[in-house]
Amino acid sequence: MTHVKTQIGRRAFLKNTGLASGGLIIGFSWLNSCKPKAVPEKEMEMALEMPKEWSEFNSYIKIGENGAVTLMAPNPEFGSNVKTSLPMILAEELDVDWKMVLIEQANFHPEKFDRQFTGGSQGVRTGWPGLRLAGATARQMLLMAASQKWNVPVSELTTNNGTVYHKTTEQEIGYGELASLAKDITLPEEQDVPLKDVSDFKIVGVSKKNVDTKNIITGKPLFTMDLQEDGMLVAMIALPPFGMKIKSVDDSVAKSMPGIKDVFTIQTLQDDYERNFFDTTTHTKIAVVVGNSTWEVMQAKKALRMEWEEISDSEFVMAGFRGKTTIKVPAGLESTEKHNAKMQEMSLKRGNVLRRDGNPEEAFQNAEKILERTYTAPYLAHNCMEPVNCFADVTENEAVLHAPIQAPELISGTLAARLGLPEENIHVNLTRMGGGFGQRAYGHHLVEAAVISQKINAPVKLVYTREDDMSYGIYRPTYTATYRAALDKDNNVIGFHVRGGGIPEHPVAANRFPAGAIDNYLAEGWALESNITIGAFRAPRSNFIAGAEQSFLDELAETMGKDPIDFRLELLDRAMKNPVGENNDYEAERYAGVLKLVKEKSGWNQSEKPGIHRGVSAYFCHNSYVAQVLELSMEGEMPKMEKVTAAIDCGIVINPDFATNMAEGGIVDGIGNAMFGEMSFTNGVPDHKNFDTYRMIRFSEAPKTIEVHFVQNEIDPTGLGEPPFPPIFGALANALYKATGQRHYRQPFVTEKQIIG
Amino acid sequence: MANFTLNINGKNKEVDVDPNTPMLWVLRDHLKLVGTKYGCGIAQCGACTVHLGDNAVRSCQLPVSVVGEQKITTIEGLSENADHPVQKAWLEVDVPQCGYCQAGQIMTASALLKQNPNPSDPEIETAMNGNICRCGTYTRIKKAVKMAATIEADS
Repeated sequence: MTHVKTQIGRRAFLKNTGLASGGLIIGFSWLNSCKPKAVPEKEMEMALEMPKEWSEFNSYIKIGENGAVTLMAPNPEFGSNVKTSLPMILAEELDVDWKMVLIEQANFHPEKFDRQFTGGSQGVRTGWPGLRLAGATARQMLLMAASQKWNVPVSELTTNNGTVYHKTTEQEIGYGELASLAKDITLPEEQDVPLKDVSDFKIVGVSKKNVDTKNIITGKPLFTMDLQEDGMLVAMIALPPFGMKIKSVDDSVAKSMPGIKDVFTIQTLQDDYERNFFDTTTHTKIAVVVGNSTWEVMQAKKALRMEWEEISDSEFVMAGFRGKTTIKVPAGLESTEKHNAKMQEMSLKRGNVLRRDGNPEEAFQNAEKILERTYTAPYLAHNCMEPVNCFADVTENEAVLHAPIQAPELISGTLAARLGLPEENIHVNLTRMGGGFGQRAYGHHLVEAAVISQKINAPVKLVYTREDDMSYGIYRPTYTATYRAALDKDNNVIGFHVRGGGIPEHPVAANRFPAGAIDNYLAEGWALESNITIGAFRAPRSNFIAGAEQSFLDELAETMGKDPIDFRLELLDRAMKNPVGENNDYEAERYAGVLKLVKEKSGWNQSEKPGIHRGVSAYFCHNSYVAQVLELSMEGEMPKMEKVTAAIDCGIVINPDFATNMAEGGIVDGIGNAMFGEMSFTNGVPDHKNFDTYRMIRFSEAPKTIEVHFVQNEIDPTGLGEPPFPPIFGALANALYKATGQRHYRQPFVTEKQIIG
Repeated sequence: MANFTLNINGKNKEVDVDPNTPMLWVLRDHLKLVGTKYGCGIAQCGACTVHLGDNAVRSCQLPVSVVGEQKITTIEGLSENADHPVQKAWLEVDVPQCGYCQAGQIMTASALLKQNPNPSDPEIETAMNGNICRCGTYTRIKKAVKMAATIEADS
């Protein structure tokens, strides 16, 4: 996923904002009934009393006179634990007792918080330096306050668990008592704020329970879908197929149905609006039904009689991270069958050269043997368990939204422009999301809800049905990749070639392994236009190319008569000692490190147990390294996942138990998508609209055991939400080959015949 | 529209709704019990699972008119203080990621354990296969169901 830069300097959010009385400062009225304002760690729930007064140190930290600490969770939570793990970083540097910590979810507030974007596995990685500094700065201010109070130098003071100590005079004072003095302390300069040594960490690296688990398991209203507000109406939309637009809407039946307030069409984005990368919108004109309750609106939506007409070729300007581009939207009713034929045709042609080392053409000419294999994968739907929805209350002067949104900073400008309101009057509340996976980086639902609210002049909750959610678009693209390896007479790899393409983007990461390990290397990419919208999906591009590449390397190792792990280690050894070319964007040593660790932990050197078939895979993406060994058995034609062993290098692990949960989830999700995931189309209509035909992995299909091992080091933390996902596609393909003797080149691996039995 | 008196979480509740309205929407929109989730509307994902008597049912396919005097339990009524053995186990194992499907998972698991306090692995699989979790927390769910069975046995 793309890295997003904000214009907010780090100093801005460290500004001391002084004292604040009367409880918490940030919060919107509906949340009073919808979520607890602060969620204490469960064991201290009863003991932790709310203070009479909070002293606000910076945007992230407030300390009460009784020593209670409120830490803000800046990023929206979609299940990756940022609401727990980011405050853990603050608490570590502040040096407080985690039991005294209350956590509050921040709303979207770019002046106060830096980069409120959950996605691209970047939450912890990009938050790390700023959150450490915010915590350490507040601690330093407390030390300075104690120094003034006792008239001793700061250098003689220490802290532990929310208390400042002066050893020589045997004095101690709690943060709570010092907090109110902090308002007179001048904000220390960054260079005067010491950070802890990693070896002194007491909170980071020690498992903490997810701060919302108790609310989740008791059914508290945490999600936008759960929001109820006085006077709130419910809205649903009706969508044309891809390649079509609305010609007419016959609402005569729908409008007269019980509980229905209105039926109309809206224009979401204006045709000439210069979009940003996350403004992806499948249909700018949609039909809307508004009424009193969800069920009533759902029934009226079914009673709409709509006529479509085909779209013409069109284009729009998009301001991307590398300047403006014109995006073409071709007319036509697209089908998977046609897509596959076109992709096959394109695979035979040269693509754009993405990287070229040595003389690959000559290497292939001189080859004794060439191995060539082509891999394909279909579109995928995100299928977050909470369907797309959004609450909006747009009045004359402002817009208040509550939304499942990963990237609020990328939609607030669009909302302002579309609604004709200043951007500072757009308030986006970051409610817990029932899944994200990239889908909710795109904010079309916020625009739709806000436009509907503005039109009907009432607060509204827009709700997609599952069918709408699955039919809207913004899918993982369909991809293909052809790999070729040239071997000399001694079975050395002398040339390597990958040509990847897709609709509407190619999946090739040209500077990743095995680039850098082979003298003659060529990477090409091509793409075809489409009117089916696509978007980020857990580990974009990597979620296909990892499986393809790792399947190919497995087959290549077999062709060479080598062990698949040893073969990869040999290549990595070359990349370490004598790397080929420039810009290799991985560290070969860390890559080899996870392979060696998984080899050891999975017992790879012991021969396979009877009836158990193993496959290995390793991949680098989102700044982290993951190697996996998958073991399966066969029950008739269906594989049964026995065990997955994973080795992960993502630097410092903030919350180990949840990190393990995340890796387990990525592995299960990956196995599910590799085995079953498939969205196909017939004449612009998605063939799957709900879970009766869109097959998701189920309980009995998950591995019986998943073992996760983290490499212990002191490297600044990197991504974890995505990296465990891509490689498992390869490990599964390679294990299936061992079990069945058949290589799997086309996803999904499990056919309909096998599922039905 | 018609009037119904429903026994929800041990209390009588009156609603005036279309008799075809699924319990899911009666709970969520009319009774403001939003712990029961909408996921698919066609009984495929299990997010809307509640107890009808002692049985786990998909409330999206349960019209309000057929409920009659049968008792309905939702996630909000499973325990007073989050201390049902299944909830305790869920907390201990720290199962959820996004959390959206978990109320349904817990209602399915708690109905299973009520009817079968010591389920085998295949019995757990059969019961839990109707609940989808896109986050992929299945291995933790299994651990928590087994732990809950132990807690129930001890209590």
